[in-house]
This record gives sequence, structure tokens and C-alpha cells, in this order.
Amino acid sequence: MTLLDQFQLILKSQNWPDWAVYLVPALVGILIIISVVLTVVIVYIWWERRLISRFQIRLGPNRCGPEGIFQPIATAVKILLKEDIVPEKADKLIHFIAPITVFVPILLIFAVVPFGEGAILADLNVGIVYVVAISSISVIGIFMAAWASGNKYSFISGMRSIAQMVSYEIPVVLSIVGIALVAGSFSMLKIVEAQSIPFIILQPLGFLIFFLGSLAEMNRSPFDLLEADSEIVAGYHIEYSGMKFAMFYLGEYGVALAYAGIITTLFLSGWQGPLLPPVIWFLIKVMMVFSVIVWIRSTLPRFRVDQLTAFAWKFMLPLAVINLVLIAIEVLVIPTAMQWIMILVNFGFAAVLILLWSKLFTLGGGRVEV
Amino acid sequence: MKFERYGIGIAKGLALTLKHLFRAPITVQYPDEKLKISRRTRGNELVWFPDKCTGCGTCTKACLQGNIILVTHRGEENKFIVDKFELDSGRCIFCGLCVESCPYNALAMGLDYECAKYRRGDAVLDKEKLSLSEKHKPSAYFRPQFAAELPDQSLLLYNRKEGGQKLNLFPLSKRKRGPGA
Repeated sequence: MTLLDQFQLILKSQNWPDWAVYLVPALVGILIIISVVLTVVIVYIWWERRLISRFQIRLGPNRCGPEGIFQPIATAVKILLKEDIVPEKADKLIHFIAPITVFVPILLIFAVVPFGEGAILADLNVGIVYVVAISSISVIGIFMAAWASGNKYSFISGMRSIAQMVSYEIPVVLSIVGIALVAGSFSMLKIVEAQSIPFIILQPLGFLIFFLGSLAEMNRSPFDLLEADSEIVAGYHIEYSGMKFAMFYLGEYGVALAYAGIITTLFLSGWQGPLLPPVIWFLIKVMMVFSVIVWIRSTLPRFRVDQLTAFAWKFMLPLAVINLVLIAIEVLVIPTAMQWIMILVNFGFAAVLILLWSKLFTLGGGRVEV
Repeated sequence: MKFERYGIGIAKGLALTLKHLFRAPITVQYPDEKLKISRRTRGNELVWFPDKCTGCGTCTKACLQGNIILVTHRGEENKFIVDKFELDSGRCIFCGLCVESCPYNALAMGLDYECAKYRRGDAVLDKEKLSLSEKHKPSAYFRPQFAAELPDQSLLLYNRKEGGQKLNLFPLSKRKRGPGA
């Protein structure tokens, strides 16, 4: 039973009308989720700027407030006060709708992210499938923005975003199926409860595929081709300013937060942990995942377009299929009490497969320099 | 078997950036922290030594800008006495030709480098402002005799010789003031 259900029961025992029993807890839950998400996103922006500058031996913003903590607020105020420019040749209506189409699905993802035991807005029995379905809507928003701007750079960016989404959705979903096989459910709560051993240890290859795939889906470096500053200026949001740009900006970090939450839920045993309360454990793990994302951003250069799709189709997809088949066989053969065998086998397979496929992935078996 | 092709290269890169996390930042927060500049810099304004100057006017002839104003009169034993030695630092191009041309070592370039003024009149420097003082020191440009007293140039706020580059994570921005500050 989730906290939401308990809230509804309390209201029912107070003899509230039926519509209020249904509506009030839902609105309160939505309000809490949105405020938490926006707060964490602001912290994220600050944390990313400080951390990436430390990775580059710089200081980062440190003037506005203690350790520069108010810098994202100053940035937000600056962005909101800017003029809202719509290009003359733009498709005005779609140009207006696009930022909303990007931002709303990202907020919708948080409905099934469990922040603690029972602290989930909607405990769907197909929770993770819902995430996959909803998160791919925002790519339509990106393409709408790219198309409606009437700018060639944003159009290139939109095309890249579609290619990227189509390529990386498949390995991500296949690695999720591996999780669902072991957990025995698509429900986010049940997946967390099934993780007495975190799935990152049980399925290292699945984690790697899901992590890289979600990096690509949230358009993070090294997969940030659609807003590659040095090639296509800013990509799909090149013609946006003011509040609409702020929606894209928030959406970018919101999706990073959402995917960090999903990775935490699927692979790092969610809210579970000793001593500290569940919400704190969840936030700590989310922060750790985000820090790793920033670490990768500060290290790796951007992919070329052909490398991007080749990596998805030639490297990640076959590995994801093999991983899925392997996990399915293991679930059939190995009894649940002897999961250590599964851990050993999976680590062995992960190492061997990555080595083998790296050999295949290089042109001419590594004899040809690209 | 070259392991660079199997993800080792990525791991090396990640290790390098991780190492950066445990270094002091190389950022110099300028007005609060300053680096020590080269000893032979052609810095702000000339330093003029009145006891060495004979008022010969070689520097005024060497100046490309015609920027140095020198007014003298004849004193005892037929020697020049300098009434006015003035230059407009707004017009000076810091070429150093006046210093190189001086036959009596009476001129040197300055060590300072911040010469913004609020009024244009403040940029005109007279005898008193040009002469040697606690704030107004000569650099070793064309005057190697000054080099020994001057500190070495520092390219980092913390160099390894002085025990810098230590891990300083908390607090991130409040650091001990560097040697240049």
C-alpha cells in the first residue's frame, strides 16, 4: 500500500465526499513531486557546474552566495527576464507547443519513481514500461522545436535526435527486460523489493547497456550530438529564448534526474540502505549517478554521427540480446538461493563479450585506422 | 593485443579527470589573488632616478610618441637642472626605448601593471610620481642590476616548490591567499 492510498483511506474515514477523496491526495502528491523535482534540478545545475569545473581544475561559480549556491537562481532570473523571440518564418503554434511537449513527459516520469517505501505517486504494475513509453514522447517535442524553428541547424539537430532515439531505445528496453525477468515484475516497487543484491552486481552488462543507452536518451555527453555547440550551435533550441528556453533547460536536467532515479531504482536497489531514512538513501544514490554522468561528460569527447549509430546497432544491440538470452537461461536453470553463481557467470560473460565485440566493432578487426 | 581498443583508453581518461578532482584549482581569482609577473616586464610607467639624470634629453629624442616632456635650466658649473620631467601614461606604448637609450642609467621600466585612472589628468605623471617609492619599483628590463632583488615569476598561484597543489576540497573556494596576493 502506497502513502497515497493511506492518505485516501484517512480522508474516507473523515467522511469526505468521494471526488475529494480521489482528488485531494493526488493534487498534494503532484505538488510535492513537482516542487521536489524543481528543487533538485536547481541543485543539479549548481552541482554540475561546480563538479565539472573541479574536473577541469577550475573553480566554477563561487561568487553568488556561499560556494555559489545561488548562481542557478540568478541564471534562472536572467533567462526569465529575457525577451521571448519568435522567428518570422517559424511555425508559431508548434514553436509554442514544443517546449511544453518536451517538459511535461519528463515530469510524468516521476509518477512512477519510488522515492521511498510506498512513496510513489502511481504504483503501476507496468511501471517501467510506462517510463519507456512516456520518455520517448519528449523526442517528438524536440523534433517539433527543431522543425518549427525554421533553422537549418535546428533541423539537423532534430534529425540527429530521431536517429539517436530510434537506435538507443532498443538496447535500453532489452536490458530492462533482463531486470524484469529476475525481479519477476514490471512494477517499480516490486523491482526494488527484489534487490537484496543490487542488480548492478547481478547484471553488470545490463547495467552498462542501460547506463550508456540512457546517457544517449537524455542527450548527455558523449552523446550530445543534437546540441553539439561546436557544430550546430545549440541544436533544436537555437531559436528559443526566455521562458521557452528555460523549459528546455529545465527539461534537460529534469530528464537527467529522472533517468538517475530510474537507474537507482533498477540497478542500485532504490531506497534500500542501512541506518539513514529511505528518501535520503534514494537522493544520495541519485546524486552519485548524476556525478558519474558529469564525470563522463568532463572526460569523453563527442561521438561522430556514424559512430553514434554504429555503437548502438553494432555494439549495444547484439550485447543486449545476448545478455537477455543469458539472463533468461540463468533464471530458468539457477535456483534463486544460489545467486552468487549468476554473479560470477555474468561478470565473466560481460568481460568476454565486451572484449570480443570491441574487436568486431573496430574496422577490419583493428587493422585499419579510422 | 593493444588494450587501448578495448576500453582501457576510456578508463585512462576517466582516471585522469578523477585525479584532477584532488588538485588545487589553477584559477586565479584576479583582484583577490595575483600572480607574480616576469622580472623583466615592461610595466607601468618609468622609474626615474633624479640624482642620476643629467637632463641630456636623450630619452625625449628616443620616444616614438614624443611623449616625454623635459624642461631644464642651467645651474651651477654649467649643469642642467631638471625643472619638469613629465609623461602621459595614456600615450606611452611601453616600448622601452627611452630606458635603452638613457646613457646614465637614470631610467627603468616599472614593475606595476594596473594603470587604470578615473580621470585623464591623473594619467599625466610628474617628477614625484615617477621617482622611486615603496609602491613604484623598477623592473629588471634592460637593468639587470635590479633582477636579484625581484621575486621569480609564478605561473600558478600554488607552485610545487612552495608546497602548493595540495588537496583542498572543503571549502572549495576559500583558499589560503597565494604569494602574489
